[in-house]
Amino acid sequence: MNVWLLALLGGVLIGLSSAALLLFNGRIAGISGIVYSLVKRPDWSEWAWRLAFVVGLMGAGGMAMRLLGQSTASPAGTRTLLLAGLLVGFGTSMGSGCTSGHGVCGLGRLSRRSLVAVITFMTTAIITVFVMRHLSGGAA
Amino acid sequence: MIRLLVALLSGAMFGVGLAVSQMTDPTVVLGFLDMFGQFNPALAFVLGGAVGTTTTAFHFILRRSKPVFADQFQTPTACTVDRPLLLGAAIFGVGWGLAGYCPGPALVGAAGGVGTAMMFLPAMVAGGLLHRIGRNALANRH
Repeated sequence: MNVWLLALLGGVLIGLSSAALLLFNGRIAGISGIVYSLVKRPDWSEWAWRLAFVVGLMGAGGMAMRLLGQSTASPAGTRTLLLAGLLVGFGTSMGSGCTSGHGVCGLGRLSRRSLVAVITFMTTAIITVFVMRHLSGGAA
Repeated sequence: MIRLLVALLSGAMFGVGLAVSQMTDPTVVLGFLDMFGQFNPALAFVLGGAVGTTTTAFHFILRRSKPVFADQFQTPTACTVDRPLLLGAAIFGVGWGLAGYCPGPALVGAAGGVGTAMMFLPAMVAGGLLHRIGRNALANRH
């Protein structure tokens, strides 16, 4: 199938998944928040649905990648990967959301906070790639 | 129990969506972010499909008095643009641009056995917890 059509179809699946979680459970599919609050959550039922979401995400997503023959790695080296991971973790916790919470769900709710967040992280990501690829000649 | 099943299936659909749309491939993501180089518009189609769907669906869903299997909608209540939002989003963007992974694709990539995602994921969780521990420590001091 055409690669743009697949991108659109995958996007619609992501949107439907977020819509289902809101319609049935009243919850926002914000992946960063779901993951961090998994680690420390005293209330059992709050913890359990987050675990179920992550198990579904990793189980089905990982399987889909294998079926589709996807295994492309990031061009970043080990040290860059670890630094990038720390920044993504710290930043999404501080900014209360990532591409799913602010991007897919926040924009869907017409949230001004989310719109500002999306514009901000898109901008710094584009600048970072520009510096890495065109100014420093770095690995990414 | 039914809510756990919904969460499981919703997570599964999200994961399949990420894989089908190739967001689990960091080179595709970095290709989109490389606006001034070999630009690859795929991510715009993914975000367009996802946000088009949620904007339409949420409009109708949030008109309901409550969700199907819960007592109330639990959507974020904060509405002011503050410094943590801006600074956090800016820091996230830098990390995203360095590796091409945001949280969802990092989880799926690690489950799919991609080495770079498996390396990125623990660092990401550590970063998120580091912020939460720091924030709680600061809050307790006041």
